[in-house]
Amino acid sequence: MKYIDEYRDGRLAKDIARQIAALADPARSYHFMEFCGGHTHAISRYGLEDLLPANVRMIHGPGCPVCVLPIGRIDAAIALAMRPEITLCTYGDLMRVPGSNGSSLLKAKAAGADIRMVYSTLDALRIAEAELEREVVFFAIGFETTTPPTALALKAAIAKGLGNFSIFCNHVLTPAAIQNILESPDVRKLGTIKIDGFVGPAHVSTVIGTEPYEFFAGEFQKPVVVAGFEPLDVIQAILMLVRQVNDGRHEVENQYIRAVTALGNEKAQAEVANFFELRESFEWRGLGEVPYGALRLRPQYVAYDAEKRFSMVTPTAKDNPACECGAILRGVKKPADCKLFGTVCTPDTPMGSCMVSSEGACAAHWTYGRFREKARQVDVGRAVA
Amino acid sequence: MAKVTLDGVSKIVSTALIDDVRPGDYLVLHVGYALAKIDPEEAERTLALIREAAAMGDAA
Repeated sequence: MKYIDEYRDGRLAKDIARQIAALADPARSYHFMEFCGGHTHAISRYGLEDLLPANVRMIHGPGCPVCVLPIGRIDAAIALAMRPEITLCTYGDLMRVPGSNGSSLLKAKAAGADIRMVYSTLDALRIAEAELEREVVFFAIGFETTTPPTALALKAAIAKGLGNFSIFCNHVLTPAAIQNILESPDVRKLGTIKIDGFVGPAHVSTVIGTEPYEFFAGEFQKPVVVAGFEPLDVIQAILMLVRQVNDGRHEVENQYIRAVTALGNEKAQAEVANFFELRESFEWRGLGEVPYGALRLRPQYVAYDAEKRFSMVTPTAKDNPACECGAILRGVKKPADCKLFGTVCTPDTPMGSCMVSSEGACAAHWTYGRFREKARQVDVGRAVA
Repeated sequence: MAKVTLDGVSKIVSTALIDDVRPGDYLVLHVGYALAKIDPEEAERTLALIREAAAMGDAA
Protein backbone atom coordinates (compact mmCIF):
# COMPACT_ATOMS: atom_id res chain seq x y z
CA MET A 1 0.00 0.00 0.00
CA LYS A 2 1.20 3.51 -0.78
CA TYR A 3 2.89 5.34 2.14
CA ILE A 4 3.59 1.97 3.74
CA ASP A 5 5.63 -0.20 1.38
CA GLU A 6 8.21 2.44 0.53
CA TYR A 7 8.94 2.86 4.26
CA ARG A 8 9.71 -0.87 4.60
CA ASP A 9 12.68 -1.08 2.22
CA GLY A 10 15.16 -3.38 3.96
CA ARG A 11 18.09 -2.33 1.79
CA LEU A 12 17.70 1.31 2.77
CA ALA A 13 17.30 0.30 6.43
CA LYS A 14 20.64 -1.55 6.31
CA ASP A 15 22.35 1.46 4.73
CA ILE A 16 20.96 3.78 7.41
CA ALA A 17 22.10 1.32 10.07
CA ARG A 18 25.61 1.51 8.58
CA GLN A 19 25.43 5.28 8.85
CA ILE A 20 24.37 4.96 12.50
CA ALA A 21 27.33 2.62 13.11
CA ALA A 22 29.65 5.11 11.42
CA LEU A 23 28.40 8.01 13.56
CA ALA A 24 28.04 6.22 16.90
CA ASP A 25 31.01 6.98 19.11
CA PRO A 26 32.57 3.61 20.10
CA ALA A 27 33.75 5.16 23.37
CA ARG A 28 30.18 5.56 24.64
CA SER A 29 26.81 3.84 24.65
CA TYR A 30 23.45 5.19 23.49
CA HIS A 31 20.21 4.18 25.21
CA PHE A 32 17.03 5.34 23.54
CA MET A 33 13.54 4.64 24.78
CA GLU A 34 10.76 4.15 22.29
CA PHE A 35 7.83 5.22 24.43
CA CYS A 36 5.08 3.82 22.27
CA GLY A 37 4.04 0.18 21.95
CA GLY A 38 3.52 0.65 18.20
CA HIS A 39 7.25 1.29 17.89
CA THR A 40 8.08 -1.64 20.19
CA HIS A 41 6.11 -3.85 17.85
CA ALA A 42 7.81 -2.45 14.73
CA ILE A 43 11.29 -2.82 16.26
CA SER A 44 10.63 -6.49 17.08
CA ARG A 45 8.77 -7.34 13.92
CA TYR A 46 11.42 -5.94 11.58
CA GLY A 47 14.40 -6.97 13.71
CA LEU A 48 15.69 -3.40 13.86
CA GLU A 49 17.75 -4.09 16.97
CA ASP A 50 19.84 -6.56 15.00
CA LEU A 51 20.78 -3.84 12.53
CA LEU A 52 22.02 -1.46 15.22
CA PRO A 53 25.59 -1.42 16.50
CA ALA A 54 26.08 -3.04 19.93
CA ASN A 55 26.43 0.34 21.68
CA VAL A 56 23.07 1.68 20.44
CA ARG A 57 20.31 0.03 22.47
CA MET A 58 16.56 0.43 22.50
CA ILE A 59 14.60 0.41 25.76
CA HIS A 60 10.94 -0.47 25.44
CA GLY A 61 8.76 2.10 27.17
CA PRO A 62 5.35 1.96 28.81
CA GLY A 63 3.29 3.27 25.88
CA CYS A 64 1.01 0.27 25.58
CA PRO A 65 -2.45 1.14 26.90
CA VAL A 66 -3.46 -2.28 28.18
CA CYS A 67 -0.02 -2.84 29.71
CA VAL A 68 -0.18 0.18 32.01
CA LEU A 69 -3.74 -0.38 33.20
CA PRO A 70 -3.55 -1.53 36.83
CA ILE A 71 -5.22 -4.81 37.80
CA GLY A 72 -7.64 -2.98 40.11
CA ARG A 73 -9.28 -1.27 37.12
CA ILE A 74 -9.79 -4.64 35.39
CA ASP A 75 -11.26 -6.04 38.62
CA ALA A 76 -13.59 -3.03 38.86
CA ALA A 77 -14.72 -3.52 35.25
CA ILE A 78 -15.35 -7.23 35.79
CA ALA A 79 -17.38 -6.50 38.94
CA LEU A 80 -19.44 -3.98 36.98
CA ALA A 81 -19.97 -6.35 34.05
CA MET A 82 -21.27 -9.05 36.38
CA ARG A 83 -24.26 -6.84 37.24
CA PRO A 84 -27.29 -8.08 35.30
CA GLU A 85 -28.34 -4.72 33.86
CA ILE A 86 -24.88 -3.89 32.45
CA THR A 87 -23.55 -4.34 28.92
CA LEU A 88 -19.82 -3.62 28.96
CA CYS A 89 -18.27 -2.67 25.62
CA THR A 90 -14.52 -2.81 25.22
CA TYR A 91 -11.69 -2.85 22.69
CA GLY A 92 -10.55 -6.38 21.90
CA ASP A 93 -7.12 -6.24 23.48
CA LEU A 94 -8.59 -5.72 26.95
CA MET A 95 -10.48 -9.01 26.87
CA ARG A 96 -7.59 -11.22 27.93
CA VAL A 97 -5.83 -8.86 30.34
CA PRO A 98 -5.45 -10.78 33.59
CA GLY A 99 -7.29 -9.42 36.63
CA SER A 100 -6.95 -10.78 40.16
CA ASN A 101 -7.08 -14.52 40.83
CA GLY A 102 -6.84 -15.55 37.19
CA SER A 103 -9.91 -13.57 36.15
CA SER A 104 -10.33 -11.67 32.87
CA LEU A 105 -13.14 -10.05 30.92
CA LEU A 106 -13.11 -13.05 28.58
CA LYS A 107 -13.66 -15.44 31.49
CA ALA A 108 -16.35 -13.17 32.92
CA LYS A 109 -18.07 -13.24 29.53
CA ALA A 110 -17.89 -17.03 29.49
CA ALA A 111 -19.44 -16.98 32.95
CA GLY A 112 -22.42 -15.06 31.60
CA ALA A 113 -21.52 -11.38 31.85
CA ASP A 114 -22.70 -9.27 28.91
CA ILE A 115 -19.33 -8.10 27.59
CA ARG A 116 -19.00 -7.12 23.96
CA MET A 117 -15.91 -6.45 21.92
CA VAL A 118 -16.12 -3.33 19.77
CA TYR A 119 -13.83 -1.86 17.10
CA SER A 120 -14.88 1.71 17.70
CA THR A 121 -16.77 3.87 20.19
CA LEU A 122 -19.38 4.24 17.43
CA ASP A 123 -20.17 0.53 17.78
CA ALA A 124 -20.76 0.96 21.51
CA LEU A 125 -23.04 3.88 20.78
CA ARG A 126 -25.02 1.81 18.26
CA ILE A 127 -25.51 -0.92 20.86
CA ALA A 128 -26.83 1.66 23.35
CA GLU A 129 -29.25 3.01 20.74
CA ALA A 130 -30.50 -0.42 19.72
CA GLU A 131 -30.89 -1.78 23.26
CA LEU A 132 -32.39 1.01 25.31
CA GLU A 133 -33.27 -1.36 28.16
CA ARG A 134 -29.55 -2.14 28.73
CA GLU A 135 -27.08 0.04 30.64
CA VAL A 136 -24.28 0.26 28.08
CA VAL A 137 -20.88 1.15 29.54
CA PHE A 138 -17.87 1.81 27.33
CA PHE A 139 -14.62 0.68 29.00
CA ALA A 140 -12.46 3.52 27.70
CA ILE A 141 -8.70 3.06 27.70
CA GLY A 142 -5.79 4.44 25.78
CA PHE A 143 -3.62 7.45 25.21
CA GLU A 144 -4.34 10.70 23.35
CA THR A 145 -5.31 8.73 20.24
CA THR A 146 -8.34 6.99 21.72
CA THR A 147 -9.54 9.88 23.87
CA PRO A 148 -11.02 12.01 21.04
CA PRO A 149 -13.13 9.04 19.83
CA THR A 150 -14.46 8.64 23.38
CA ALA A 151 -15.24 12.37 23.52
CA LEU A 152 -17.14 12.19 20.23
CA ALA A 153 -19.17 9.19 21.40
CA LEU A 154 -20.12 11.08 24.53
CA LYS A 155 -21.03 14.14 22.47
CA ALA A 156 -23.25 12.02 20.21
CA ALA A 157 -24.88 10.28 23.21
CA ILE A 158 -25.74 13.66 24.72
CA ALA A 159 -27.06 14.98 21.39
CA LYS A 160 -29.24 11.90 20.97
CA GLY A 161 -30.41 12.01 24.58
CA LEU A 162 -29.15 8.46 25.18
CA GLY A 163 -29.63 8.02 28.91
CA ASN A 164 -28.35 4.43 28.96
CA PHE A 165 -24.80 5.14 27.77
CA SER A 166 -21.87 5.86 30.06
CA ILE A 167 -18.09 5.73 30.13
CA PHE A 168 -15.64 4.01 32.47
CA CYS A 169 -12.78 6.40 31.82
CA ASN A 170 -9.18 5.18 31.99
CA HIS A 171 -7.59 7.53 29.49
CA VAL A 172 -3.97 8.39 30.18
CA LEU A 173 -1.50 11.01 28.99
CA THR A 174 1.82 10.48 27.27
CA PRO A 175 3.88 13.54 28.34
CA ALA A 176 3.08 12.97 32.03
CA ALA A 177 4.28 9.37 31.79
CA ILE A 178 7.53 10.27 30.05
CA GLN A 179 8.20 12.88 32.71
CA ASN A 180 7.42 10.31 35.39
CA ILE A 181 9.96 7.87 33.93
CA LEU A 182 12.59 10.59 34.19
CA GLU A 183 11.91 11.98 37.64
CA SER A 184 9.49 10.03 39.83
CA PRO A 185 10.85 9.05 43.25
CA ASP A 186 9.12 5.68 42.81
CA VAL A 187 11.05 5.00 39.68
CA ARG A 188 14.24 6.16 41.33
CA LYS A 189 13.63 3.82 44.24
CA LEU A 190 12.70 0.88 42.04
CA GLY A 191 15.69 1.43 39.85
CA THR A 192 15.93 2.93 36.44
CA ILE A 193 18.38 3.07 33.61
CA LYS A 194 20.17 5.71 31.67
CA ILE A 195 18.10 7.15 28.84
CA ASP A 196 19.84 9.36 26.29
CA GLY A 197 16.77 10.21 24.24
CA PHE A 198 13.26 9.27 23.21
CA VAL A 199 11.60 8.10 20.05
CA GLY A 200 8.31 9.99 20.36
CA PRO A 201 4.99 8.34 19.46
CA ALA A 202 3.47 8.50 15.98
CA HIS A 203 -0.31 8.47 16.27
CA VAL A 204 -0.36 10.18 19.68
CA SER A 205 1.65 13.02 18.17
CA THR A 206 -0.80 13.46 15.27
CA VAL A 207 -3.22 14.52 18.03
CA ILE A 208 -1.03 16.44 20.51
CA GLY A 209 1.63 17.69 18.07
CA THR A 210 5.33 18.00 18.85
CA GLU A 211 5.01 21.00 21.15
CA PRO A 212 4.17 19.11 24.40
CA TYR A 213 7.58 17.41 24.25
CA GLU A 214 9.45 20.73 24.26
CA PHE A 215 9.11 21.08 28.02
CA PHE A 216 10.97 17.98 29.04
CA ALA A 217 13.42 18.05 26.14
CA GLY A 218 14.53 21.35 27.68
CA GLU A 219 13.94 20.57 31.34
CA PHE A 220 15.58 17.12 31.33
CA GLN A 221 17.95 17.82 28.44
CA LYS A 222 16.85 14.75 26.51
CA PRO A 223 16.39 14.75 22.75
CA VAL A 224 13.02 13.63 21.39
CA VAL A 225 12.40 12.54 17.80
CA VAL A 226 8.76 11.92 16.90
CA ALA A 227 8.70 9.03 14.42
CA GLY A 228 6.27 7.16 12.18
CA PHE A 229 5.51 3.49 12.74
CA GLU A 230 7.27 1.99 9.72
CA PRO A 231 10.75 0.47 10.08
CA LEU A 232 12.50 3.15 8.00
CA ASP A 233 10.80 5.82 10.11
CA VAL A 234 12.12 4.25 13.29
CA ILE A 235 15.66 3.74 12.07
CA GLN A 236 15.83 7.26 10.66
CA ALA A 237 14.65 8.56 14.05
CA ILE A 238 17.42 6.60 15.77
CA LEU A 239 19.95 8.17 13.40
CA MET A 240 18.56 11.63 14.24
CA LEU A 241 18.88 10.84 17.97
CA VAL A 242 22.50 9.69 17.58
CA ARG A 243 23.29 12.93 15.75
CA GLN A 244 21.65 15.00 18.51
CA VAL A 245 23.55 13.18 21.25
CA ASN A 246 26.85 13.59 19.37
CA ASP A 247 26.20 17.30 18.91
CA GLY A 248 25.16 17.74 22.55
CA ARG A 249 21.71 18.91 21.39
CA HIS A 250 18.42 18.13 23.13
CA GLU A 251 15.76 19.25 20.73
CA VAL A 252 12.36 18.04 19.66
CA GLU A 253 12.62 16.88 16.05
CA ASN A 254 9.86 15.55 13.85
CA GLN A 255 10.61 12.62 11.57
CA TYR A 256 6.88 11.96 10.96
CA ILE A 257 6.30 15.24 9.17
CA ARG A 258 3.88 13.62 6.74
CA ALA A 259 1.25 13.37 9.49
CA VAL A 260 2.42 15.34 12.55
CA THR A 261 2.50 19.11 12.98
CA ALA A 262 3.81 21.24 15.84
CA LEU A 263 0.33 21.95 17.20
CA GLY A 264 -1.32 18.63 16.35
CA ASN A 265 -4.99 18.07 15.69
CA GLU A 266 -6.58 21.06 17.39
CA LYS A 267 -10.10 19.90 16.58
CA ALA A 268 -9.47 16.65 18.46
CA GLN A 269 -7.85 18.52 21.35
CA ALA A 270 -10.88 20.82 21.63
CA GLU A 271 -13.29 17.87 21.77
CA VAL A 272 -11.21 16.29 24.54
CA ALA A 273 -11.04 19.55 26.50
CA ASN A 274 -14.82 19.90 26.32
CA PHE A 275 -15.50 16.62 28.08
CA PHE A 276 -12.43 15.67 30.12
CA GLU A 277 -10.32 17.15 32.89
CA LEU A 278 -7.07 16.05 34.57
CA ARG A 279 -7.04 13.58 37.43
CA GLU A 280 -4.73 14.70 40.22
CA SER A 281 -3.32 11.21 40.32
CA PHE A 282 -3.87 7.86 38.63
CA GLU A 283 -2.15 4.53 39.10
CA TRP A 284 -0.16 3.20 36.16
CA ARG A 285 1.01 -0.34 36.18
CA GLY A 286 4.79 -0.29 36.43
CA LEU A 287 5.02 3.43 37.17
CA GLY A 288 2.90 3.73 40.31
CA GLU A 289 0.85 6.87 40.91
CA VAL A 290 1.43 9.36 38.11
CA PRO A 291 0.42 12.93 39.00
CA TYR A 292 -1.82 14.49 36.37
CA GLY A 293 -1.22 11.44 34.19
CA ALA A 294 -4.85 10.62 33.39
CA LEU A 295 -8.22 12.10 32.55
CA ARG A 296 -11.74 11.88 33.96
CA LEU A 297 -15.06 13.23 32.78
CA ARG A 298 -15.82 16.82 33.72
CA PRO A 299 -18.26 17.10 36.66
CA GLN A 300 -21.11 18.38 34.46
CA TYR A 301 -21.13 14.97 32.70
CA VAL A 302 -21.42 12.98 35.92
CA ALA A 303 -24.51 11.19 34.56
CA TYR A 304 -22.31 9.66 31.86
CA ASP A 305 -19.48 8.77 34.23
CA ALA A 306 -19.83 5.04 34.98
CA GLU A 307 -17.61 5.32 38.05
CA LYS A 308 -20.07 7.74 39.67
CA ARG A 309 -23.24 6.37 38.16
CA PHE A 310 -22.63 2.83 39.40
CA SER A 311 -20.57 3.79 42.49
CA MET A 312 -17.67 1.75 41.19
CA VAL A 313 -14.75 1.10 43.51
CA THR A 314 -11.24 0.29 42.35
CA PRO A 315 -9.84 -2.39 44.65
CA THR A 316 -6.14 -2.42 45.44
CA ALA A 317 -4.85 -5.49 43.68
CA LYS A 318 -1.40 -6.93 43.43
CA ASP A 319 0.30 -8.38 40.37
CA ASN A 320 1.49 -11.96 40.37
CA PRO A 321 4.64 -11.60 42.53
CA ALA A 322 6.83 -13.33 39.94
CA CYS A 323 5.57 -11.13 37.08
CA GLU A 324 8.16 -8.57 35.97
CA CYS A 325 5.79 -6.40 33.92
CA GLY A 326 6.42 -3.44 36.22
CA ALA A 327 10.19 -3.49 35.72
CA ILE A 328 9.82 -4.29 32.01
CA LEU A 329 7.51 -1.29 31.52
CA ARG A 330 10.17 0.98 33.00
CA GLY A 331 12.84 -0.57 30.82
CA VAL A 332 14.76 -1.90 33.83
CA LYS A 333 14.31 -5.54 32.82
CA LYS A 334 13.87 -7.37 29.56
CA PRO A 335 11.11 -9.92 28.87
CA ALA A 336 13.58 -12.82 28.93
CA ASP A 337 14.66 -11.78 32.46
CA CYS A 338 11.24 -12.81 33.78
CA LYS A 339 10.89 -16.32 35.20
CA LEU A 340 7.33 -16.56 33.87
CA PHE A 341 8.23 -15.58 30.30
CA GLY A 342 7.56 -18.36 27.86
CA THR A 343 6.92 -20.87 30.64
CA VAL A 344 3.53 -20.23 32.23
CA CYS A 345 3.17 -16.83 30.57
CA THR A 346 2.52 -16.84 26.82
CA PRO A 347 0.06 -14.87 24.65
CA ASP A 348 -2.41 -17.77 25.03
CA THR A 349 -2.23 -17.70 28.83
CA PRO A 350 -0.85 -14.29 29.77
CA MET A 351 0.04 -13.79 33.44
CA GLY A 352 0.98 -10.14 32.98
CA SER A 353 -0.38 -7.41 30.77
CA CYS A 354 2.86 -7.04 28.74
CA MET A 355 2.11 -10.45 27.22
CA VAL A 356 -1.44 -9.54 26.18
CA SER A 357 -1.34 -6.79 23.60
CA SER A 358 0.75 -7.15 20.45
CA GLU A 359 2.23 -3.81 21.52
CA GLY A 360 3.46 -5.22 24.82
CA ALA A 361 7.21 -5.79 25.15
CA CYS A 362 6.75 -9.45 26.20
CA ALA A 363 4.30 -10.32 23.43
CA ALA A 364 6.57 -8.67 20.85
CA HIS A 365 9.56 -10.60 22.17
CA TRP A 366 7.57 -13.84 22.24
CA THR A 367 6.35 -13.42 18.67
CA TYR A 368 9.59 -12.24 17.08
CA GLY A 369 12.54 -11.62 19.38
CA ARG A 370 13.02 -15.00 21.04
CA PHE A 371 13.90 -16.64 17.73
CA ARG A 372 16.64 -14.11 17.22
CA GLU A 373 18.07 -14.83 20.62
CA LYS A 374 18.04 -18.56 19.92
CA ALA A 375 19.82 -17.99 16.59
CA ARG A 376 22.42 -15.90 18.37
CA GLN A 377 22.99 -18.59 21.00
CA VAL A 378 23.46 -21.21 18.31
CA ASP A 379 26.01 -18.95 16.62
CA VAL A 380 27.88 -18.43 19.87
CA GLY A 381 27.77 -22.18 20.50
CA ARG A 382 29.29 -22.81 17.10
CA ALA A 383 32.01 -20.27 17.68
CA VAL A 384 32.93 -21.98 20.97
CA ALA A 385 32.86 -25.43 19.41
CA MET B 1 -18.06 9.43 7.64
CA ALA B 2 -15.92 8.08 4.82
CA LYS B 3 -15.34 4.76 3.12
CA VAL B 4 -11.70 3.72 3.28
CA THR B 5 -9.76 0.76 2.00
CA LEU B 6 -6.99 -0.78 4.07
CA ASP B 7 -5.05 -2.69 1.47
CA GLY B 8 -8.27 -4.16 0.09
CA VAL B 9 -10.35 -4.26 3.28
CA SER B 10 -13.16 -1.72 3.18
CA LYS B 11 -14.37 0.10 6.25
CA ILE B 12 -16.54 3.06 7.09
CA VAL B 13 -14.67 5.41 9.41
CA SER B 14 -15.47 8.70 11.08
CA THR B 15 -13.89 11.85 9.67
CA ALA B 16 -15.32 14.07 12.41
CA LEU B 17 -11.86 14.89 13.75
CA ILE B 18 -10.33 16.22 10.53
CA ASP B 19 -11.22 18.83 7.91
CA ASP B 20 -11.36 18.83 4.11
CA VAL B 21 -11.31 15.11 3.39
CA ARG B 22 -11.47 14.31 -0.32
CA PRO B 23 -11.70 11.04 -2.22
CA GLY B 24 -8.19 9.69 -2.76
CA ASP B 25 -6.73 11.12 0.47
CA TYR B 26 -4.60 8.86 2.66
CA LEU B 27 -5.61 8.93 6.32
CA VAL B 28 -4.04 7.91 9.61
CA LEU B 29 -6.71 5.72 11.23
CA HIS B 30 -7.16 4.78 14.85
CA VAL B 31 -10.10 2.83 16.35
CA GLY B 32 -12.44 3.81 13.53
CA TYR B 33 -11.55 7.50 13.39
CA ALA B 34 -9.27 9.40 11.04
CA LEU B 35 -6.75 11.31 13.15
CA ALA B 36 -4.73 12.97 10.40
CA LYS B 37 -4.20 13.20 6.67
CA ILE B 38 -0.94 12.11 5.07
CA ASP B 39 0.74 15.10 3.45
CA PRO B 40 2.08 13.80 0.10
CA GLU B 41 4.80 16.46 -0.17
CA GLU B 42 6.13 15.84 3.33
CA ALA B 43 5.99 12.09 2.69
CA GLU B 44 8.19 12.59 -0.39
CA ARG B 45 10.53 14.85 1.57
CA THR B 46 10.91 12.20 4.31
CA LEU B 47 11.74 9.54 1.71
CA ALA B 48 14.33 11.85 0.17
CA LEU B 49 15.96 12.34 3.59
CA ILE B 50 15.89 8.59 4.21
CA ARG B 51 17.54 7.92 0.83
CA GLU B 52 20.14 10.60 1.54
CA ALA B 53 21.02 9.05 4.92
CA ALA B 54 21.11 5.60 3.34
CA ALA B 55 23.46 6.81 0.60
CA MET B 56 25.83 8.16 3.27
CA GLY B 57 25.65 4.80 5.05
CA ASP B 58 26.28 2.94 1.81
CA ALA B 59 29.41 5.03 1.29
CA ALA B 60 30.54 4.59 4.90
